[in-house]
Amino acid sequence: MAGIPHDHYEPKTGIEKWVHTRLPIVALVYDTIMIPTPKNLNWMWIWGIILTFCLALQIATGIVLVMHYTPHVDMAFASVEHIMRDVNGGHMLRYLHMNGASLFFFAVYLHIFRGLYYGSYKAPREITWIIGMLIYLLMMGTGFMGYVLPWGQMSFWGATVITGLFGAIPFIGEPIQTWLLGGPAVDNATLNRFFSLHYLLPFVIAGLVLVHIWAFHNTGNNNPTGVDVRRGSKEEAKKDTVPFWPYFVIKDLFALAVILAVFFAIVGFMPNYLGHPDNYIEANPLATPAHIVPEWYFLPFYAILRAFTADVWVVMFANWITGGIVDAKFFGVLAMFGAIIAMALTPWLDTSSVRSGRYRPMFKWWFALLCIDFIVLMWAGAMPAEPPYSTISLIGAAYWFGYFFVILPLLGVIEKPTTPPATIEEDFDAHYGKSTAAE
Amino acid sequence: MMKKLTLSALTALGLSAGAAMAAEGGHTHDVDFSFEGPFGSFDQMQLQRGLQVYTEVCSACHGLRYVPIRTLSDEGGPELPEDQVRAYAANLSEIMDPELDDFRARTPNDHFPMSSLENAPDLSLMAKARAGYHGPYGTGLSQLFNGIGGPEHIVSILTGYTGEEKEEAGTIYYENTAFAGGWIAMAPPLMGEDVEFADGHSNELHHEAEDVAAFLTWAAEPKMMARKQVGFTAVLFLVILSVLLYLTNKAIWAPIKKRAKEA
Amino acid sequence: MSHADDHEGTRRDFLYYATAGAGAVTAGAAIWPLVNQMNPSADVQALSSIRVDVSGVSPGTQLTVKWRGKPVFIRRRTPDEIEAARAVDVNSLPDPEARNENVAAGAPATDANRSLAPEGAEGDAAEEWLVMMGVCTHLGCVPLGNASGDFGGWFCPCHGSHYDTAGRIRKGPAPRNLPVPVARFEGETEIVLG
Repeated sequence: MAGIPHDHYEPKTGIEKWVHTRLPIVALVYDTIMIPTPKNLNWMWIWGIILTFCLALQIATGIVLVMHYTPHVDMAFASVEHIMRDVNGGHMLRYLHMNGASLFFFAVYLHIFRGLYYGSYKAPREITWIIGMLIYLLMMGTGFMGYVLPWGQMSFWGATVITGLFGAIPFIGEPIQTWLLGGPAVDNATLNRFFSLHYLLPFVIAGLVLVHIWAFHNTGNNNPTGVDVRRGSKEEAKKDTVPFWPYFVIKDLFALAVILAVFFAIVGFMPNYLGHPDNYIEANPLATPAHIVPEWYFLPFYAILRAFTADVWVVMFANWITGGIVDAKFFGVLAMFGAIIAMALTPWLDTSSVRSGRYRPMFKWWFALLCIDFIVLMWAGAMPAEPPYSTISLIGAAYWFGYFFVILPLLGVIEKPTTPPATIEEDFDAHYGKSTAAE
Repeated sequence: MMKKLTLSALTALGLSAGAAMAAEGGHTHDVDFSFEGPFGSFDQMQLQRGLQVYTEVCSACHGLRYVPIRTLSDEGGPELPEDQVRAYAANLSEIMDPELDDFRARTPNDHFPMSSLENAPDLSLMAKARAGYHGPYGTGLSQLFNGIGGPEHIVSILTGYTGEEKEEAGTIYYENTAFAGGWIAMAPPLMGEDVEFADGHSNELHHEAEDVAAFLTWAAEPKMMARKQVGFTAVLFLVILSVLLYLTNKAIWAPIKKRAKEA
Repeated sequence: MSHADDHEGTRRDFLYYATAGAGAVTAGAAIWPLVNQMNPSADVQALSSIRVDVSGVSPGTQLTVKWRGKPVFIRRRTPDEIEAARAVDVNSLPDPEARNENVAAGAPATDANRSLAPEGAEGDAAEEWLVMMGVCTHLGCVPLGNASGDFGGWFCPCHGSHYDTAGRIRKGPAPRNLPVPVARFEGETEIVLG
């Protein structure tokens, strides 16, 4: 295997050798957890472990919730109440699963923006990045379908609105929507297939996570300087890295414990804060709630979806040039998926010669603006679709696309980056050598 | 930069949660309930009084279909003695038993009846299905500090009637300052002194409203006490674990950082 | 190596053990709810004890109720049935044990040991009620009641087991008497099962 040179597992005793020649599993585990890791990783590199934990938490709580849940329109809502009232510790399991989804997305956004700032997507980590984006898409699908299962008002109407997006595709939209729903509207068939897929997809995600980890274990971690680990010899590599165990495992576990303390405070004292009260009303196909709002983690993209109304000139232009095939509804859908595809294309849109944003004076500002833009979009997505919020969404959406398709490619050409340190060791020594407080 | 990013992400969480609940709505006034805050717990006597208000007034139209009657004797709830719960269950409307293929008297193992009036919503989860507080400007800060405000909303509705009525399409609507839109189809259910409390507690309108709101909060979230206790234990333990891990982390990194300092 | 280093080393070891210990406790605490959720839930537990109103049962009739997923026979016996049950020599029975959860294990299968009565009942009334699981001890069929079979009690149609008026096996392949579950009278007209 390529990668950073380091000490590999050597079977010593007879039994170790016997196992190793038949199944080198100990070596695999050893090489995985002893992987040389840049020693200058900062606190933004904790989210990977947090995310792995979230996946495990969701799978564990999810599997036990399924033991008590009934995927049927007549019984789903009542079975969730059965979990909340009768099952031993069921209310905790359900609240953990419910808020676990929020923690999962909170961590994934920080993980993605970490990558965007430090250039983790740049060569040779494009495949790691693309797989990460696939995981993110699957997470969105899983989260959306999971939200339908309690069969509350928001479950039902959220499912109706989101599957309606597929109906916007010209010509084949309606058959696709009907196929997705298993009928003309969201009903028992929909609930059952969403349940099945909600159970399946996390395991697909787990598989992709393994590939994601495999990919960056091969290229080595990125780090805040974006400078590569020296690979000339083991000695050289050792100056830039420390083994993952125990140095980063303990660091990550510390971060996990702190985050879980906050998480449990939310689960214990305000478990419904991030949810919507309407979802405690059983689904009623005959009455729509006043406001249909997706969960917070979908809001930025929901805002982009709603930003492109028929009176926006790009939409009018697209409508005219395609002879009416692309209407405002379809344009919105394209924009929403386009916003995610834009992120996935970043490796090829960023033209800068320097990897880390730390050494890109202009980029820093545009990136900060992107973070603000994301939050503004999130806020606008939750507000009613009316002025001034629709205008704010439109400006936010425009910046999102502008950042990825205009600013990133141009910056690489016009910006003059500062000089990164020659080695990771230099960066680390500069940081801890100067400050006495670090001791 | 990254610290800022984390902070702003946290703010965004709050923002959107707030915005998600920003429904147009009437005015909700704050009530100090005993179950608020991390250490608050249900007041057993208040729950019993609330049950009485529910039984004598609300249950004429509304149901509690998801609440098992036996939970009335659960620890942390109204804690009615078991024989009283049995008598209470027997007094409720009969239930269709699919095994007997006939109606029979309710037992504590059955649930409360469903709403008897078609347009009267079920009250099992009402205290969680309504938000009293939102905003300001979709920031979610109000809910963060005041709670979501379901029980306060119930109190405000019950005490928010102005006495004005209007008729529209054959239905009489009553003006209510707490109801979204200002006009509600439910006639004022409580006038004050509607029930006599055995414990001699005041039966003024706002007392009755608070008592029944507390009872409905228990009905919606019967495991609230257990949940807070688990939350408290978990947070306490994780803080201890965090401190230990912090010290361990510092100890194992010390030689590496020391080397950097000497370099 | 100086003493100071030694001392520091011990302190560090202690820290590591404390952290590992706290981590292990956390992991254990996380696993318990996942296991415990599979135990019977509150609604199932609540059904482990049920109350049966027997005020409508007159002598010579019986009631079948479902309890823990199985039928339970509750029979109010006539003086003749009680007399017939008392007349049998316990030692001549295929199963001489009472099989009654309310009396000591291994108690003889006398009629008094098989029957149930409200508190303070005397004479025939003290042995009037028979409460037992309606599951044949042979292969689990539900026996027919209302004075059927060769002994005026119950008869299992599956393989021809005959039970007498106290629910004791008299003839046929069944090995044991019909078991009497935990039961008691509350007042004169209510039986609590479980």
